[in-house]
Amino acid sequence: MVDALHLIGGGLVVAGTLLTLLGGVGVLRFPDVYTRIHAASLTDTGGATLVLLGLALISGLTLETLKLGFVWMFVMLTTPAAANALANAAFSAGHTPRIGAFQITKGVAAGEAGPDTPRRETSDGNKSAAP
Amino acid sequence: MSEIALQVNFALNIALLLMLIAVGVAIARMRSLLAAILLMGVYSLVSAVWLIVMDAADVAFTEAVVGAGISTIVLLGAILLVRAGPVRHNWRMTIAPAVLVLGVGGLLVYAMTGLPEFGDPASPANAYVGRNYLIQTPDEIGVPNVVTAVLASYRGFDTLGETVVVFAAGIGVALMLGFGPRSSLPPLPAAMGDHHVVLRVTARLLIPLIALFAFYVQFHGDLGAGGGFQAGVILAVAPILHALVFGLHETIAALPVRAVRSIATLGVLLFAGVGVICMINGGGFLDYDHLFPPGVEAIIPPGLLGDPDHAHQWGQHFGIFFIELGVLLTVAATMVTIFYGFAGRAVEEP
Amino acid sequence: MLLAAGIAGLVVAMTMMIWRAIVGPSQYDRMLAANSFGTKIVLLIAVIGYLSGRPAFLDIAIVYALINFVTTIAFMKFFRYRTLSRSLGPEARNG
Repeated sequence: MVDALHLIGGGLVVAGTLLTLLGGVGVLRFPDVYTRIHAASLTDTGGATLVLLGLALISGLTLETLKLGFVWMFVMLTTPAAANALANAAFSAGHTPRIGAFQITKGVAAGEAGPDTPRRETSDGNKSAAP
Repeated sequence: MSEIALQVNFALNIALLLMLIAVGVAIARMRSLLAAILLMGVYSLVSAVWLIVMDAADVAFTEAVVGAGISTIVLLGAILLVRAGPVRHNWRMTIAPAVLVLGVGGLLVYAMTGLPEFGDPASPANAYVGRNYLIQTPDEIGVPNVVTAVLASYRGFDTLGETVVVFAAGIGVALMLGFGPRSSLPPLPAAMGDHHVVLRVTARLLIPLIALFAFYVQFHGDLGAGGGFQAGVILAVAPILHALVFGLHETIAALPVRAVRSIATLGVLLFAGVGVICMINGGGFLDYDHLFPPGVEAIIPPGLLGDPDHAHQWGQHFGIFFIELGVLLTVAATMVTIFYGFAGRAVEEP
Repeated sequence: MLLAAGIAGLVVAMTMMIWRAIVGPSQYDRMLAANSFGTKIVLLIAVIGYLSGRPAFLDIAIVYALINFVTTIAFMKFFRYRTLSRSLGPEARNG
């Protein structure tokens, strides 16, 4: 029974590490800081949950499991908040997102028309871009 | 299982060393000061993991909190006061320093080959005084963490010196930069329109938790990794977080500059005072066995700590408790004073 | 055994973060990389502690999970506002 728990715990740790690794690949390959923030914070939090759960299974019900719970709580509190703060700071500083090959400018972010917005007929017969 | 642990340790040592080299080279070549400070924090973290791999828990603790935490924040405050741009330098000026560094480094590496095996019980460091500490600590001091016993009792005078050095560093920074914001300058206006709700809520949750954890580390230092220095630095992080999120003005309203200064002095006084009390009661300076006069020791109930055999170690236990408290007060207050000094300077208009 | 594989994976992920911290074209990339590196270090400390049979290292993991956040906030505040003393006040009404 204990060995099965150890095995499952170890498997969860490996799964968590794999998730973290995927996040790392994402941070390397994504084109823009906002998408990288997504990749890093999501996979960090999820990977941390899996790893800490796996370690808790390995350690059984001891004081260390309580400490693992604290680590989990602090990671859950701080990683998304830090990601939010970073994205907030980046956007309010004027760092505009980039989708594919298209760099969104400040004007499009504020609501003007960009090259991708669909065009529609207006009442006076002129085709114009809808914001 | 330990066989795998040994192989993992070896592989980790190599991987961490490579990371350290890469980060070190990057720090030297980085053009942006902010990125350099960031990488220095990363360097400290990798060093902390390396110390953990070498099974040095207290040192790793201190490296993680001081090197990657406080030192990064204080360095940020420092480069705020610097108007620096990239500097072109002549590569010819680096030849002589490079030769010197390589020469000294080569000598050090050569000397390292003469060091004893890691963890060798017969090495001079481990065979004489080290072994005596390990053998005699349960009898003489009764504290499970031998590092704390050595730091606080056997080498208590050195720890007093370290505390005074930290205090002197705080005084030095305060004399150069002032103790806090100049009272004539108004506080900077709040950063409006940026929607920092998440940050403020999280900070309100975390500040008391950080302070509580600092006290846990302080009192747990007798049993596990921890102690006064680490706890003091962690305790200083709580007001720093408060100042970062809610503004320095608010933090100074809560923790006035004079109070923080006084707390730093109180810590050193407490530490030295314990030593003087020991002298008054007939022992040497910081000789905790003489902390209590025999009359007082007789009235402490022997079962207070649950172990009547060790009742003769009351002096040691209380002595270590009080000096760790002194270290906590001084280190925390000094770090906060240094932060006040750096962050309180008015900088260029945003 | 499985824990050793976990450690290897974490070390590789940490190397990726170091790369992003060195290369990242904007400072926000670097701050993100440092924050993520910190979280991975917390996990690495926890797993190493269990592998070497000394769960007492968890205290270091808890502490660093807290300090990582504070350092990230300090960097963000420094870079965005060029000061460490201003309050991140309540948001303005209607932007």
